[in-house]
Parts: sequence; structure tokens; C-alpha cells
Amino acid sequence: MSPDSAAARDPLAAPAALSAPVTLPGALAGAEPVESVCTPIRMTYTYTPGRALSRYLRAMAGKRILGERCGATGQVFVPPRGVSPLAGAATSEAVELADTGYVESFNITRVPIERRPDLEPPYCSAWIVLDGASVGFLGLVIDIAPEEVRIGMRVRAVWKPDEELETSAANILGWAPTGEPDEVITDYERIGRVEASDR
Amino acid sequence: MIDVAVVAFAQRQEAAISGESEVEFMVPLMEQAKASVGLTQSDMGFTCSGSSDFLAGQAFSFVMTIDGTGPVPPISESHVEQDGAWALYEAWVKIQCGGIDTAFVYGYGKSSPGSVRDVLATQMDPYYVCPLWPDSYAIEALAARLMLEGGHVSENRLAEIAARSRAGAASNPHAVRSEPKSVAEILAEDYAIDPLRPSDLPAEADGGCAVVLAAGDRARELCERPAWIRGIDHRSDAHTLGVRDLTSSASARLAAHHAGAAGDKIDLAELHGPFTTSEHLLIDALGLNEDSTAVNPSGGALAANTMMASGLIRIGEAASRIWRGDGDRAVAHAASGPCLQQNMVCVLEGD
Repeated sequence: MSPDSAAARDPLAAPAALSAPVTLPGALAGAEPVESVCTPIRMTYTYTPGRALSRYLRAMAGKRILGERCGATGQVFVPPRGVSPLAGAATSEAVELADTGYVESFNITRVPIERRPDLEPPYCSAWIVLDGASVGFLGLVIDIAPEEVRIGMRVRAVWKPDEELETSAANILGWAPTGEPDEVITDYERIGRVEASDR
Repeated sequence: MIDVAVVAFAQRQEAAISGESEVEFMVPLMEQAKASVGLTQSDMGFTCSGSSDFLAGQAFSFVMTIDGTGPVPPISESHVEQDGAWALYEAWVKIQCGGIDTAFVYGYGKSSPGSVRDVLATQMDPYYVCPLWPDSYAIEALAARLMLEGGHVSENRLAEIAARSRAGAASNPHAVRSEPKSVAEILAEDYAIDPLRPSDLPAEADGGCAVVLAAGDRARELCERPAWIRGIDHRSDAHTLGVRDLTSSASARLAAHHAGAAGDKIDLAELHGPFTTSEHLLIDALGLNEDSTAVNPSGGALAANTMMASGLIRIGEAASRIWRGDGDRAVAHAASGPCLQQNMVCVLEGD
């Protein structure tokens, strides 16, 4: 039976031309076949954070945390994005927040992350609600064994030394327990939610 | 088929918007479009947006912009990684499905944070072409060379298109390149990327736009003279440049046919041709008669090319002219991909 008649019976069979052995030109005799290539993609951007985040980052250089208030609902967002998702309107009033708050939710990580040798497991990342803010933001809880972190625990920012401060949220090294009594959270359903009404 | 019309439009285009984030400059546009017809977000049956993470340099960048709509309580919403014109198409389909009579659509992009010519290289096939990082303008120049040498177009014709864009842009406050130039002045320009001159290339812009769609009687309530979408269709050519005929646009021709662009008189056409060569191909593919149709009265994408918004802006520009009575029947076109790979044609009419 010829290969052509086999192909006529089986539509998925490779055409005879493709099943024939490949003959390399003499110049490529002995060349190692290419089986895979790696084609990395890298692009460079000059990111501009916008009005609200620029204000926030500049304040960071002075160890100040700036949020922004929604004129319609009174909610305070931090870090500010320049907009209130509740109202669909621009926020404009900057609000200086304390560098204290409480842990609303947390997670203990026990596996290392590639390229983050500074994060030595186990460590605790937490959703921290600053005093005066309506939403939480992410931070590391430090100066305490991760197993002792709990919802409601009061914390304060630990800042980089003054001479190392930059226009960066990385100025906050982490959040350490203040030793104050825990916030009492009675409504666990509320965690992570922002209600569309005044608090 | 449910009659759907464009009833509101707002836009902003600038050479670079460096002080504001995407959501910061989109919020006023969203408010302006909705307020112009007395609506708020809670009136919208559906919301759809178009933008690109590759331009923003951030994953899920569109999520931050949704905040600008005020999506609390939760809204019915979708996003396309495409020009906002495709978001409009999705919204039009959603209205055709019934149950809603309004939709809010927006598209936006910033080219200034990165190199848009490199960003566009990443849309090529990832195995054989993208690793070569083909400059997006160079690819258009190769196609232009094919067109010139095949006798499909002349450099003089390209200069005429560029001059017309500049003349139209002179009265468009959103145009980035609007200083008038004669054909002779354009032909005297040195090649930017042979055989294309600076005036053959798009004026890259940052910005965005927002559109409100409404159906039937709702559209008549909101707008004195709604711009009815009489036909809309989008088609795609093959991804691989090597299998395409780059001297014509088969997918634009097909989209125009299915949208019903042929036949009756067309008063004006807003074409998303970022290069003079693309505008030339589109005029042919859409079968436009330049004696009876005003082509790109806004200056088109040559005068301001805002990635992910330029196509939707064409629809908005065409609709605005129908509202004002500048024409009764218009064609708006949006493109995406290298060398007009994807094309959408939308026919708009006033009552």
C-alpha cells in the first residue's frame, strides 16, 4: 500500500511530503537542531501616579499618610486614587491620617517568594485600617510572632530612619503592636467591605 | 432589531497627559457625557470599557478606572482589551438582547508612559514576529512600499490625505496636530521612515472618550436628533502579515458591506486610519466617493491618535455631526491591529 492511499483513508495522517525525512543543506551538516527558543519580553514605562497618589507619595517623604475624602459620602480612602468608587466622582479633600490603626484581616505566609529575600517566612501580611480611614491597606505586621497576630490588634507604623526616607510607601517598614486593647469587631461580615453610607 | 442611537459623547486628547492618572482624567469625561443627557450611572443598563494593560504597563489596569463610574451598588459591566469601539459593539449587542434601553461606553489610553511603537510590536504573533520587535511604524512603511511600488497609491495622494487631515483638524480643539500644510510642503518633508513622511504618521495622543447609547423612545427623550446606528459590523484579517494582501483591506470591505455602508449617499465619514496609507485603503474598501462625502472632517486619527479611544472617537465625532445637522448619514470606522488587521464599520443616521 502506498503512503498516498493511506492518507486518502485517514484525513489526519501527515502528508507524504511532511513525513519524508528532512535533508539539510551541506553547510548545515552536523548542526544541532533547534528545539526551543527563549524570547524574553521587556518594556520600560515612565509611570506617573497621578494627582492623588503623587500627593500621597510626597507626604510619605515626611512620614505623613494622606488619604482623600469623598465629598458625597464622607468616606476616606487610602492610598488615594483620586476617585470615590462609591460616588463615581473625584475626591479632592486631602485628609491626614494617624499612623496607627488595627488589623482587620491577616495572612501568615510560610513559603518564600522568589526575588523577595527580604521577606523571610513565616511572616504576616495584614489588611490594616488606619484610624480615620474607611478602607484598609496592605502592610506587614512586625515585632511580633505571626501566630500572635489577631483581628482587632492595634498597630503603629514603623518608619525607615529619617535619612533614608523617600517619596515611597516603602518608607513604612511594617506595623508593630501598640499594646493597646484590641478593637472589638462585632460584625465580621463587614470586614473588607465599604458601605455606601456615612460611618 | 432594536433601534439604538448614540446620544452623548465627550472626549479629551492631548499630546501627553502626565499629571493625571487614567481614572483621574476619565472621571470628568464620564460625568460630562452622562450629564449632557441628564443621566447618572444608576440609569445605565450596561457599562462597557476598552483599554489596554500593555499601554498602562499594569495588570488589570481597567479595574481602577471602573471606580470612576461609581460601581456601588454593583453595576452590570464588561471590558474589552480593545479600542472602545469594540466596547460599544458589545453594548449594542447587549441592548439587542433586550431588557435594557441605555448603555455607557468609554475607552482610554496613554501612549506617553512607554514606547507605543514597542508596545504595538507585542501584538504580533508571539513565536516568529514579536521576538524580532518589529517597529510598528516600520511595518506600516513596508506596507506603504508595497502599495507605492504596486501602483496602488502615489506619494502625492498620500500628501493630499495628510493635507486634508490638517485642514480638518484646524477647527478641532481636540486635535494634537492641526497646523495647516500644503501638499507641496508635505512632499518637501524628509522621510521619517521611508517611504512615510512625518505627516503620514499618526499624532500620538493620550486621552479618552465616553459615549451614551440609548434605544428607541428613550433615545428620542434624551436627544433632539439621535444618531441611529443603522448597521454595525466588525471583521478581522489573518494575524500573520505574510498571508495578507497589504495593498487592500479585505476585512474593512466585508465589514462595510455587512454594515450597509454602500448604496445611499454618505454625507461624512470618520475613518480610523492612523497612517495616510490606511486612510487611502479605507476609502477604497468602504467605497467612498470623496466628491460627495466629507472624509475625516475632524482631522481623523492622523491629527490625534489616542490608543484604545481613537475608534470610539470616530463614532462620537460622526454622531456629533448628525446631532448638529451637519449631515444625515455618516459612516464611522474603527481599526485595530497591524496594517488595519481588524475593522469595524458603523453606519449612523439622523431622522
